[in-house]
Amino acid sequence: MDVLTAPFTFEFMQRAFVAALIVGALCSTMGTYVVLRKLSFIGDGIAHASFAGIVIAYLRGFNYAFGAAIVAVITALGIGFVHRRGKISLDTTIGVLFTGAFAVGIFLMSRSQRYSVDLEGFLFGNILGVSRDDLIIVCVLAAIVVLCVAVLYRPLLYTSFDPVVAQASGINAAFVDYVLLVLLALTIIISLQSVGIVLVAALLVTPAAAAAQLTRRFVPMLVLSGAIGTFCSVGGLYLSYYLSSASGATIVILATLIFFAALALRRRSA
Amino acid sequence: MNAILVRDLVVRYSARVTALDGVTLSVDTGAALGVVGPNGSGKSTLLKSIAGLIAPTSGEVLVFGKVPRKLERGAIGYVPQIEDVDWSFPASVRDVVAMGRFPRMKTFSQFGAHDRAAVDEALAALNLGDLRNRHISELSGGQQQRAFVARSLAQEPRLLLLDEPTTGVDAETEEALLHIVRGLVKDGLPVVMTTHDLDRAPEWFDRLIVVDRKVLADGDPETVLASGSYAAIREHTHTHGHTRTTP
Repeated sequence: MDVLTAPFTFEFMQRAFVAALIVGALCSTMGTYVVLRKLSFIGDGIAHASFAGIVIAYLRGFNYAFGAAIVAVITALGIGFVHRRGKISLDTTIGVLFTGAFAVGIFLMSRSQRYSVDLEGFLFGNILGVSRDDLIIVCVLAAIVVLCVAVLYRPLLYTSFDPVVAQASGINAAFVDYVLLVLLALTIIISLQSVGIVLVAALLVTPAAAAAQLTRRFVPMLVLSGAIGTFCSVGGLYLSYYLSSASGATIVILATLIFFAALALRRRSA
Repeated sequence: MNAILVRDLVVRYSARVTALDGVTLSVDTGAALGVVGPNGSGKSTLLKSIAGLIAPTSGEVLVFGKVPRKLERGAIGYVPQIEDVDWSFPASVRDVVAMGRFPRMKTFSQFGAHDRAAVDEALAALNLGDLRNRHISELSGGQQQRAFVARSLAQEPRLLLLDEPTTGVDAETEEALLHIVRGLVKDGLPVVMTTHDLDRAPEWFDRLIVVDRKVLADGDPETVLASGSYAAIREHTHTHGHTRTTP
């Protein structure tokens, strides 16, 4: 039992576990939509784009996370707009907009000459440094995302599968798309600070991709993806405690191993 | 009352591509309208305009007296020509047909007895009962087509739009579709369907129009076929049809 409870003797570890639990469950559940809509690039994209928000927040002197969130949401809406109006594929649109926003961040930073933001901390996250206030923000935003997904559950599912017919039947597919992009932007931003860019990108894709190997029904995939994501986050954190390894990397490696295990399982049963 | 009223409809995809150039048309409830014309004649565009998927460049489209987008959810059942969906999507045949109920359901309402009945009835009507638990990727082309028609029936639409549902499907599917279209019309529903199968048009439709950017002929299927528009279209399709691309 000591093996399980030992990490909890430290308060920062308790907070880290709660953060891992919430971020892992949230990202991997949202990941179902990311994978089914072929948006795998979005985690990386939004996270990089938010860098411009951090620089602007630094130069203007307001909260970094707030600046990052604003730019992330604007980028997400921009991605939806350019994709729809320009009739350009989503992966191309994401590629153009995220590098553009990232470059704006670099540009502004290079001109200020007094830049000293802990960019590394933001982009790579530090789950062991999650404060009580961070945790509250994560909880509130996660609750908002979950509520929105619950309200839009059927339109989200229908438009993920067949947007044209959903639209003809009276569902506002454009609205649903924009809401999903904003929810993804919020998910990415709230996860970024605690787990970092690589882990966000991984948690948005890998658990859902693993779940897709194990089931061919939507609800089981949603639940399984959430379960795998949660297991990897919490399990990875435990492992990192005992292996004295970087927590984010350990979580990603665990998720990747589960993906290949799921793939092998499917190939064997097929 | 007119189920569909199309007045001077012009649809331009770009400065050079005009899909429809002044179409005027009305469709009554309880009638099946067949739409024929060569590839690229604007048939699909006409259906998409009626479905509210394409905004008119000029002119207007009214369905039950309203702009299509203003109708209540679930009013229009639409089955596109090519279902451009991801066949690996995690969904069984029944899951897909059940999606037809979504526009009719309130946000947090459960999938109720009426919803289940509508899905079961739609599955039975298209002989998909035995395949209900199959994954959609395991279906043949005809079975996939039937699943999408079943989804539109489960929706209990007030208007059904079918874009070439019989192209490339097996005889069983074609007969099932014919039976359904005639049944819906008998129940008072308006049905609009595009087709290349001119020979069987009198069996399917109460009225037939020949479209090539404009309505070239309009009337009783036998009369329209006898009028020579039929031959002109067939000739046209034969010589040019296959090289023309739909924008």
